Amino acid sequence: MIEGILIGLTTALTFQNILMVMVGCFFGTIIGMLPGLGPMTAIALMIPITYGFDPATGLILMAGVYYGAVFGGSTSSILLNAPGVPGTVATSFDGYPMAQQGKAGKALAIAAWSSFAGGTLSAIYLLFMAPSLSKVSLSFRSPDYFALMILGLTAIAAFSSKGQFLKAMMMVVLGLMLASVGQDSLSDITRFTFNNMNLTDGISFVLVVMATFAMSEALTIILKRNDPTSAAKQVSLTELGSIKINKEERTKMYKTIPRSSVIGFLIGVLPGAGATIASFLAYGMERNVVSDEEKEKFGKGSVNGLSAPETANNAACSGSFVPMLTLGIPGSGTTAVMLGALLGFGVQPGPRLYMTNPEIFWSIIMSMYIGMVILLILNLPLIPYIARILAVPKNYLIPLILFFSVTGIYVMSFNNFDIYLMIGIAVVATFLRLYDFPMPPLILAFVLGGLMEENLRRSLLLSNGSWEFLWDRTLTACILVTTILIVVWHIYKTFKRKN
Amino acid sequence: MNINTTKIISLLFFIFSAFYLYTAYQIQVFAFDENAPFNARTFPIYLGYAGLFFSGLKLILPDPNTIKIEHKSLEYKKTGILILIAIIYGATILKVGYFLTTSLFLFSSYYFLGERRWILMFLLSFPFVAAFMYLLHGILDIYLRDPFLQSIGVMG
Repeated sequence: MIEGILIGLTTALTFQNILMVMVGCFFGTIIGMLPGLGPMTAIALMIPITYGFDPATGLILMAGVYYGAVFGGSTSSILLNAPGVPGTVATSFDGYPMAQQGKAGKALAIAAWSSFAGGTLSAIYLLFMAPSLSKVSLSFRSPDYFALMILGLTAIAAFSSKGQFLKAMMMVVLGLMLASVGQDSLSDITRFTFNNMNLTDGISFVLVVMATFAMSEALTIILKRNDPTSAAKQVSLTELGSIKINKEERTKMYKTIPRSSVIGFLIGVLPGAGATIASFLAYGMERNVVSDEEKEKFGKGSVNGLSAPETANNAACSGSFVPMLTLGIPGSGTTAVMLGALLGFGVQPGPRLYMTNPEIFWSIIMSMYIGMVILLILNLPLIPYIARILAVPKNYLIPLILFFSVTGIYVMSFNNFDIYLMIGIAVVATFLRLYDFPMPPLILAFVLGGLMEENLRRSLLLSNGSWEFLWDRTLTACILVTTILIVVWHIYKTFKRKN
Repeated sequence: MNINTTKIISLLFFIFSAFYLYTAYQIQVFAFDENAPFNARTFPIYLGYAGLFFSGLKLILPDPNTIKIEHKSLEYKKTGILILIAIIYGATILKVGYFLTTSLFLFSSYYFLGERRWILMFLLSFPFVAAFMYLLHGILDIYLRDPFLQSIGVMG
């Protein structure tokens, strides 16, 4: 292995490859900040360019773009509450409130350091555990995945503050209902389309997230314009604040980062799970383990609440390379695009990749770490400039947010219907937000809806319609027991608080 | 039972779930799939019942956190105008083109939100959209349909 690491370092530390990581991180950050253009699009845009290089250099460039785009997505989540990609939705829960309190610089710095730490730790995990983890990830079956989705949605309870559990669950169901619109993945039967061709392919994620976050946020700001508390918020919005993280905040991050990186990496290793589930789970778990005092700050600008999903989503990015490199199974949509590029280079990922192309395997792992360092060096000094976006007066900022939202949808579909649908969902979401119905559970459910149905379908078909699959396998049972424990713990805490 | 807006929303969600469930039962599946352990309507049916269950609970159980909103302080008029402009923007973007509609959308939104610095309004609409369009269309190679620019020969 030492020999492999040295080969990787030698390849990754050439001038050309360092330059590629830098270029990749820079462009990835810019593209990731644009709504609708996530890491997957960013990497897809890079594929034609990479074919001019050797496989290792091409993949190093793509890895740089990947991390850059994830960080770029976090930036728009924190500053505009407009997460362009699912993996950074959880970042906005505490990142945006922090920016509203005049701590945009600090929020971006926490995100940058957490991403760096998450990525670094996961690169270490990847270095030592990739081969054995690939075997574990293969042992996951449909019932386990289904149970994992239930666990993810139950962690939603963590997002609901006092007395909001039922509201959160209603939003979960609404998210799943929205995800069920369109063609059934197996039989191609259309559902809930009401003979409208525009709904045949279902509702896109970017549309829902832009409507429920960016657009409804913009409408809420206008709606509450005369509200004295929201006016005060706007004053603080123009303040950048310090980017320095104080000792107390660092102490919180020291505790959060290791546990979130483990969750992120392990979830990332599972094929199909990816950064979204990882960030939501890390957020939920973090809320469950912190003190009651800190718990109250969640959703209002908590350092732990921001650090956890940022660490986890970057750790999951590295984790998702495990099934891709060792088994040839992509762990996420983004790694699926990278897998396509690898095959284009004539490299066949799988257990034999170590032997046939060790320089590719190890140089990707090494360049991930180098990518993290470069991302931090590039982005930390840029934070004061990036955060100036908040100093834009709301008379300009609101139309610009609406413009980014509509453009994000327009470039995806070139369809008027999608724009109307987005406006409709945004209006409903604005109304629901006025009455404290939380939007994050809706988004998570929407993202998981398709996967959940698919895994339930396989499980029920394999068990011939019996629900015994939920406790047949030890792994499934363990995940479900964890879910039940979370629910029981929340009920217990609620009763304790009331008493 | 205390009737407040949250309860009314829950009631609406209950009715919506009932409608969703009814529609789920109407989904046409293949004859050979009718009695299968899982078909295209299975998951939606579970979801319909889940919606009825949670919204029903919310309706029945007491609501300790009643939310009171000062409707008089809310800017319904400006929000409505902004939504209307967005709808017009959506309706014209394909026919007129990205550049002109987006620029006009931004310009009119600034205006209705109370902005009167004309030069800044102009700079943050027409040139800004042109630059953004160049980034998407020119650099990132993302196709943007624009009949207006095509008609005046700016775009190929």
